[in-house]
Amino acid sequence: MSLDISFIGILIGSIMASSVPLILAASGELITERSGVLNLGVEGMMIIGAISGFALMVITDNLFIAIVGSMLSGVIISLIFGFLTQSLLTNHVATGLALTIFGIGLSAMLGKNFVGIPGKEFPILFSSLRESIPFFGPILFGHSIVLYFAFALPFLTNYFLKKTKLGLIVRAVGDSPVSASNQGINVIVVRYCCILYGGAMCGLSGAYLSLIYTPQWIENMTAGRGWIALALVVFATWSPIKVLIGALIFGGITILQLHMQAIGFRIPVQFLSALPYLMTIIVLVVISRDSRKIKLNTPTSLGRIFYKEK
Amino acid sequence: MALYFFTPFIAIILTILGGGIIFYILGFNPIEALKFYFITPISNLYGFSELLLKATPLCLIAIGLSYCFKSNNWNIGAEGQLTFGAIVGGGVALLFYNQEGFYILPLVILAGAIGGMIFALIPAILKTYFNTNEILVSLMLVYVSKLILDYLVVGPWSNPEGFNFPETRQFSDSSRMPLLFEGLRIHAGIFLALAAVMLSWFILYKTYLGFQIKVSGLSLKTAKYAGFKGKTMILVVFMISGACAGLAGVGEITGPIGQLHRMISPDYGFTAIIVAFLGRLNPFGIIFASLVVALTYLGAETAQIFLQIPKYTGQVFQGMILFFLLASDYLLIFKVKILSLKKNELRH
Repeated sequence: MSLDISFIGILIGSIMASSVPLILAASGELITERSGVLNLGVEGMMIIGAISGFALMVITDNLFIAIVGSMLSGVIISLIFGFLTQSLLTNHVATGLALTIFGIGLSAMLGKNFVGIPGKEFPILFSSLRESIPFFGPILFGHSIVLYFAFALPFLTNYFLKKTKLGLIVRAVGDSPVSASNQGINVIVVRYCCILYGGAMCGLSGAYLSLIYTPQWIENMTAGRGWIALALVVFATWSPIKVLIGALIFGGITILQLHMQAIGFRIPVQFLSALPYLMTIIVLVVISRDSRKIKLNTPTSLGRIFYKEK
Repeated sequence: MALYFFTPFIAIILTILGGGIIFYILGFNPIEALKFYFITPISNLYGFSELLLKATPLCLIAIGLSYCFKSNNWNIGAEGQLTFGAIVGGGVALLFYNQEGFYILPLVILAGAIGGMIFALIPAILKTYFNTNEILVSLMLVYVSKLILDYLVVGPWSNPEGFNFPETRQFSDSSRMPLLFEGLRIHAGIFLALAAVMLSWFILYKTYLGFQIKVSGLSLKTAKYAGFKGKTMILVVFMISGACAGLAGVGEITGPIGQLHRMISPDYGFTAIIVAFLGRLNPFGIIFASLVVALTYLGAETAQIFLQIPKYTGQVFQGMILFFLLASDYLLIFKVKILSLKKNELRH
């Protein structure tokens, strides 16, 4: 196998594609966590997004409805989490776990009749440019619109958090809900919005998998990506731009692992498949060692229940 | 306090109602479906023994998890600890595949417990010495353990006479859990679970370690102030938890399975989290909860056979139980509010 320049271009393009679900889910979860809410249901919301996107595509044959529907389904399922944690003051960790278990079960139940149905081809943009420009073509062009959105999202998120008033409110709610509440901010409403936004992004992330990345429905097809997205948020120390970098590293490991398998690298397949998970652990260890750095960026009230006395 | 142990029942009733609604939406007669789900599976002796068979690993793992959860350590990778325990225990059993002897089974069980313990020590050590989030580490290790198992049963440990099926040799009879009754699959592993319950009741409620665990769970600051060795305690609760999960894994492979293959656990390690909560982290509560949750597994299988309802309804039920349980805890908060209101009124 020759490692010529155009092959590297294609490789980078495929790394970008495989990092999209991680970017989307992690960016959504980042906003949720910045408001002080720890939602461990990412995997559950993603898988619900994946099946509803795919099912809507098969039923309506309209990709726009499928994409919007997947985001809506993410919103609806995250509403359960929001209601429990914000209105009924339940423990964030336990509720998030319940959401993941429930989501995986529900998706498999709903998806029973969609197993084995071939997906529809998702339109890609600038496909002619992809072929005509060497190296940069496969990197910059010939992707779905969702990919372009995903790569813009961390920058938009960064702008939102740092430069807008709403972003300031979200950060205030996450860092000190009591002071925010005293300033007249409705902490519960802000947190609800952030949870639902996270749900929408996770839904979209799932739909990217079932409609674009591997266009079909397979049970449990998110395969732990939701958990890796959660780890990415910690990896990025809650900074959107670092989420993008982290997602590309993980996408890179996934693709590298596939290529190493393809060229018959003399390491058992399973060890290569374990790489992303092991890498997550190593990265977590490396960044968590400096506890000051973690503390500086962690939303202070993350995972704590806020209750306003009336 | 009474309400604290009563709300799980409310959660179960609400889950059954919710399940009825789901069955109705799916186009089944809800009463009939619920009957197939919750009554048919245990209406005969065989069914009842199957219930105990499935409750055994759930109970064991949940007992272990209760140590972690009580002390605010979120070990959610019990599935990985179960798998690794089964790998180590299974490895020992395979060493003795053509031998018999009374000493083999205890060795296999011990190896399983140690395997689970070692695997649980990874997130514990990383948490105590590197400040790493134990939720993510323990969970990532679940995937790693399943890939290790996959590698072993396909590769070096696969049965040489097995026509390349992804499975190991059958264990010898000396590596198998003794069956309790002729014709039923229920095995001696249930005594391990019951022993864990008794021992845990004693440890959690009657010893200094139990007291430390309880205080650390209620307030880390108090625990520090009291001079408890926090790091040691984290390591200990993870080791207990891992050992229990490892025992559950070894119970499965030496009990109903009898060899290693890819599917040694239908996510018992994850479901046990629900069992631990439903049992209120109380050893005796966990016995009850493990029976209830085991019934969702059995019911899902029965409903699939008789009504062609997909078996994943089991997970939907399990998720719902936890949702409703957490939600019904609001009643507890609410009660506290009423009481404190009354106090305030008295003062004014």
